[in-house]
Amino acid sequence: MRKEDVRVITFASIICVVCSLVLSATATVLKERQDIAVELDRKMNVLKAFGIETIDKTGAKLPKEDVDRYFSENISEVYVDKSTGDVVESPDPNVLKAEAKERTHVTRSLLPLYIWKEGGEPVKYAFPTSGMGLWSIVNGYIALDRDLATVIGVTFYKHGETPGLGGEVSADWFMSQFGGKIIHDGSSLVQLEVVKGQAPDDSSYQVDGMSGATMTGNGLNEFMNRDIAFYDKYFSRIRGT
Amino acid sequence: MAKTKEILIDPLSDNNPITIQVLGICSALAVTVKMETAAVMCVALTVVLTFSNFILSLLRKVTPGKIRMIVEMAVIASLVIMADQFLRAFLFDVSRQLSVFVGLIITNCIVMGRAEAYAMQNPPVPSLLDGIGNGLGYSAVLLTVASMREILGSGTWFGYSLMPEGYIGNGLALLAPGAFIIIGLIIWAQRTIIKKFEAD
Repeated sequence: MRKEDVRVITFASIICVVCSLVLSATATVLKERQDIAVELDRKMNVLKAFGIETIDKTGAKLPKEDVDRYFSENISEVYVDKSTGDVVESPDPNVLKAEAKERTHVTRSLLPLYIWKEGGEPVKYAFPTSGMGLWSIVNGYIALDRDLATVIGVTFYKHGETPGLGGEVSADWFMSQFGGKIIHDGSSLVQLEVVKGQAPDDSSYQVDGMSGATMTGNGLNEFMNRDIAFYDKYFSRIRGT
Repeated sequence: MAKTKEILIDPLSDNNPITIQVLGICSALAVTVKMETAAVMCVALTVVLTFSNFILSLLRKVTPGKIRMIVEMAVIASLVIMADQFLRAFLFDVSRQLSVFVGLIITNCIVMGRAEAYAMQNPPVPSLLDGIGNGLGYSAVLLTVASMREILGSGTWFGYSLMPEGYIGNGLALLAPGAFIIIGLIIWAQRTIIKKFEAD
């Protein structure tokens, strides 16, 4: 081998090793902080779906202690068996761990459900929902009132849609529209619908679309109603329908 | 001192990376829908550009010519991944909106362009200043474009409502063609003012 080639290979190897060491160090050091941020964010989003103010008027976020207190005092996390609609008392931790990586409920068998209790009585329910928008998987939560028919709130917190277009899916004006809409009219499920353009003012199940993002809206229509139907195996028993 | 000032100021106007060198157009189109994303992108790019210029300039005499560009890519990619990791840890909310665009700094022509055109021929300190200057020049244009797009398209600026109640956003400003038109107008305006024309 020529001397020049040896020098090239040596230099390349050093650069590669240094770069990878620096990157692994950064990732390791920051991992804990990132995990905390992700976990806090998950809890924040559940609370937000339940209608708790997570950001006050000055823009300050709800402190972590308050978030954890809500979770220990009011919220119980359970799992619903997708095929039977039963609440699973002691879910298999291996199954949960494996299914946490799945991106939508389609490929899960156990579905997480958050129940808000006051004095031991369930007063509201929230569950995650996710599916394809236009470019990316959109993740969110749907919260329902104790009648399991009225929507308290919908939040979307993670997506890769175009900022300003489909990215408006996580904007307050868009998400707040879902409050008060119904998913069940007393006899059967009603399909939530993001329309193209403006929804009729008196509609109990339609909301305004995002301009320039009809496809993202179509995605939401598909996966939100699909997920509601999954959970409805359980909800319909409580409702008695 | 005069030269130092020149390195910093020049890219802001007379040698602006976007309007004169016409580099980094892709991200100028992609992240300028809203001020918030554009601002964080500007900071991220300036930091990456400054450090990549500095590090590559330090290495310029020992880097073998044959693998010059691959070395540049490795350094730039590492810096971008670090910037992304920091955003995820400390600015979780913004990073979620930006994540894909931060990664795309790797392919931003300005970073590679300045490494090739400047850092490879100049000592570390001027290269560092060149990085800051070009980062600021990029930021100036990006923030101008983002201001126009957010105000015209959504009637807001940094999320604060500016337009009168009932303002209907201009959808074109939110789409890529709107950004093309705005950037085209800025390039035209700036080149007319500083009288810079391409040779025929």
